[in-house]
Amino acid sequence: MSFSITSEVTDGIAKLTLAGSLDSSSASQMQAEIQKVAEQAPTELVLYTKELSFMSSAGLRMLVFAKQKLGTAVQIYIVEPQAQIVDTLQMTGIIHSVHVVDTYPA
Amino acid sequence: MAEYDLRIDYYPTHEHQGIKYRRGRVLPFGATMVPNGVNFSVYSSAARECSLVLFEKGEDQPFAEIPFPEEFRIGNVYSMMVFDLDFERLEYGYRMDGPFEPAQGHRFDKTKILSDPYAKAMGGRDVWMGPPNWDNIYPFRSRLVFEDFDWEDDRPLERPIEDLVVYEMHVRSFTMHPSSGTKHKGSFAGIREKIPYLKELGVSCVELLPIYEFDEWEHSKAHPETGDMLINYWGYSTVNFFSPKSGYASSGRFGMQVDELKTLIKDLHSNNIEVFLDVVFNHTAEGDHRGPTISFKGIDNKTYYMLTPEGYYFNFSGTGNTLNCNNPIVRNMVLDCLRYWASEYHIDGFRFDLAAILGRAQNGAPLNNPPLLESLAADPILAKCKLIAEAWDAGGLYQVGSFPAYGRWAEWNGKFRDGIRKYLKGDTGLVGEIAQCVQGSPWLYPTRGTTAGINFITCHDGFTLYDLFAYNEKHNHANGEDNNDGANDNESWNCGYEGETDDAYINALRHKQIKNALAILLVSQGVPMILMGDEMGRTQSGNNNTYCHDSAINWLDWGLQQKNADVYDFTKHMVAFRKAHPVLRNRNHFSHTDYKNTGYPDISFHGTSAWNPDWSEDSRLLAFMLDGHYAKNGDDYDDYIYVAMNMHWDTAYLQLPQLPEGMHWYVSANTDMPAGSDFYPVNNEPELQDQNFILGSRAVIILVGRLPVAAEPAAAPKVKKTRTVKTKTKN
Repeated sequence: MSFSITSEVTDGIAKLTLAGSLDSSSASQMQAEIQKVAEQAPTELVLYTKELSFMSSAGLRMLVFAKQKLGTAVQIYIVEPQAQIVDTLQMTGIIHSVHVVDTYPA
Repeated sequence: MAEYDLRIDYYPTHEHQGIKYRRGRVLPFGATMVPNGVNFSVYSSAARECSLVLFEKGEDQPFAEIPFPEEFRIGNVYSMMVFDLDFERLEYGYRMDGPFEPAQGHRFDKTKILSDPYAKAMGGRDVWMGPPNWDNIYPFRSRLVFEDFDWEDDRPLERPIEDLVVYEMHVRSFTMHPSSGTKHKGSFAGIREKIPYLKELGVSCVELLPIYEFDEWEHSKAHPETGDMLINYWGYSTVNFFSPKSGYASSGRFGMQVDELKTLIKDLHSNNIEVFLDVVFNHTAEGDHRGPTISFKGIDNKTYYMLTPEGYYFNFSGTGNTLNCNNPIVRNMVLDCLRYWASEYHIDGFRFDLAAILGRAQNGAPLNNPPLLESLAADPILAKCKLIAEAWDAGGLYQVGSFPAYGRWAEWNGKFRDGIRKYLKGDTGLVGEIAQCVQGSPWLYPTRGTTAGINFITCHDGFTLYDLFAYNEKHNHANGEDNNDGANDNESWNCGYEGETDDAYINALRHKQIKNALAILLVSQGVPMILMGDEMGRTQSGNNNTYCHDSAINWLDWGLQQKNADVYDFTKHMVAFRKAHPVLRNRNHFSHTDYKNTGYPDISFHGTSAWNPDWSEDSRLLAFMLDGHYAKNGDDYDDYIYVAMNMHWDTAYLQLPQLPEGMHWYVSANTDMPAGSDFYPVNNEPELQDQNFILGSRAVIILVGRLPVAAEPAAAPKVKKTRTVKTKTKN
C-alpha cells in the first residue's frame, strides 16, 4: 500500500498525518517531513496514524530520528495506531520513547 | 548537496540488467550499507567464478544475477558495490563456480545459490516452524540489517564474573507454555515481559541457548510410534553465525528480529542482568558429504571444514562436520563474529559449545597453543567479555582443568557437577572432592582462581534438577531412538520410586534433595549456574536429551512456581543469600591461613566435632566455615558462615566452631525443616541458642555468625586468639 504524509505546525505543535505503509521505500518521505517541521522547533510532535497499516524497521528508525532531530525534550504522540503498529512498537521497545494515545490532546 | 555526492567512489561505473554497480571494497566482508547502495564482499580461495544473486524478498526467482568482473577480485576476495537497492526488500546470495573434487576438498556446485557467511540476517525461517518451500532454489537467504539501533547509554555491564548467578535458558521454552501469561510467547519479546520475574528470582545473568539462525526443520521427523513431530529444537546447528534466529522474534515475520533482540538486551542491562550467548562454532548445519549445501560448503569447503585426507568430514562434533576453526580465515571469521555480537548487540559473555574443538589443528590434533583461543583471549574488543568453554568435544578430548585459558577463559566445571551429584545421592569417598568443589576447585584451577569454574549441577544437557531425584534411569522414548540416545551416567537417584508418585515421604525427600543441591551450588566459590525451571522443580519426565521437542517436555510450566513454592522460595533465598555475602564470592583461592590475624583461617573444615573433619572413605558429612574478614579475599567484611552437609541417611550431632567473643550463630537455612522454616531472610535469621546442632539426614544447614545486632557487619579484627591454623584438605 502506498504511503502518504502531510504535515503542519500550529502553535509549536507539529502534526504529521501518515497513511499506508511506512518502510524503506517511504521512510525518506517521512524523514523529509520531520526535517521540514524541525525548522520551526516544535515543542511536541503528533503523529496521526489511524490509516497507517504497516511500519517496518526503517519506519521505526524515523521515530528515533525524530527524537534525535527534535531533541529528547520534545514529546512524541502517536494517535490511534492500529494494533499491529502498537505490537511493533512494543516488541522493539520504541513504545517507551513515545506516547500512544487515542486522541490528541489526550 | 549531500556529502556523499562529493565522493567519486560511490558512483556506478557498470550496469547489468538495469542494475548499476561498481568495484567494491574488499573489507569488511559481508554486505555493508553505503550511500545509495550496498557493498558486497566475499572470500573464496578456490572459486573460478562468482556472481551476486539478488532477490526481491520472498520471490522465487532472482531479479538479477551480476557476475563479478575479474577485475573486481583482489586476491581471493570478490567485492562489488551495487546501487539503488531496497535495503529492506533485498535478499542476496552468491553463486560460485569451481572444481567439484571431493578428494581434494572442493565441492563447488554452481547450481546452488549460497548464503553469505557474514550475512547479518537470514530469511527462510522467518516464523518458527513456518512450513518451508522445499523446492525453493535459495532456502536460506542473506539479508541486510540496520546497524543504527538506539542504545542510548547502554553498553555491556562488565560485572565481575564472581558476582554473577547465571540462569541458563532456552528462548522459546521460557515463555511458550500457556501458563507463562506473556503476550509474545516463545520469543525475545516474551523474555522481556518476564524480566520482573528474573529480578525477583535474583539472577544476574541469562545464558541463552543458541540464538544464531538455525533450521528447526533440520533432521525433522515424526516419532515412529507416537507420530509426534521431532525437530531441531535446541538449535545446536548453526546456519549463520552473525544472524539472530528470526523464529525467536515475534517481529521476525516483519524482519525486525535484530531490533527485538537488541531491545531485550538493552532492557536486561537496565535491570542489571548480563546476557551470555551459547555459541556453536564447532560445526554447521551443512552436515557431512550427504548434507545440504547452504553456504560454507559451496563457497570454500576446504577452508571452512576439517577434512580427512580422503576429503570426507572429520566429525569431532558428533553432528557430521567440524568447523576448521584454526584455519586463519575461519579464525578471523569467528573473531569478527564475536566482535560483532559484543559491539553491535552488547553481549556480555559467550559460552562456547564443545570448545575443545576450537583447540584442534586443521588435521584434528589437539594444539598446545591454539591460535584461535589465544586470539579471543587477547582481543581488544572482547577484552571485558566473559569467555566460557565447554571444555570437551565428541571426539574424546576432555579438557576440564586443562583448557588453554590464557588468563581469560573460564570453563563449565563438569567435575563439580559429577562430584556433587554423586555426593548428593550418598556415594562414599567424596568429602575430599566436595571440599574442593565448595572452594572453587583449586585442584583443577590452582593458578586460575575460583572464577575459572562455572559451577553447575544441571544444564540443558541431561536431567533437570527435579528429575535428578526422581529417576534412576533416563526415559527418552519420546525421542524416537528406542531410548538409546542421551547419557547413561547421570549419577541420579530417584529417592525410592522411579518417576511420579503420591508418596509424601518420597516427594518431601526430593524437594529436600533439590534444596540441598541448590544450597551447595550457591555457597560454593566460583560462578553458579542454574538451569531454567530448576528453581520451581521443572520436570522432563525423566528425559535427559530433549533436543527435539517443541512441547511441554521443554516448555517451562509456570504453574510449578505455585505447586513447588517451597523450592522456588528456597532458591530465591539462596540467590539472595549469596548476593548478601561477599565471602562466598572470592576471586582468588583460599589460603587456609590466618593471614589477617583474626584467629581463624579464611576457610576451615569441620566434622561432627569442630575442627575435625572426617576425610575417611565412609564419611558423608562435611562442614566448612568462612571467616567474613576474608570476604573478597580480604578486601571486604562479612559475617562468618558455617555450612554443614550431611548426605548420610542418619541424623548427625554437630558441635559448632566457637565464634569470636560476643558473636552468635544464626540459622539462615536448614533443608531438613519443612517449608516455612527451611530458611530465613537475610538479616532476619533466628539466633541459635545452643553451640550444638542436630543436623537431619540428607540435609544442609547454613549458619551465619555475627554480633547480635543483625545489621552490623563483622567488625575489623577483634583478635582474641592469635593462632595460625592450617587446615588440610584431602585431594
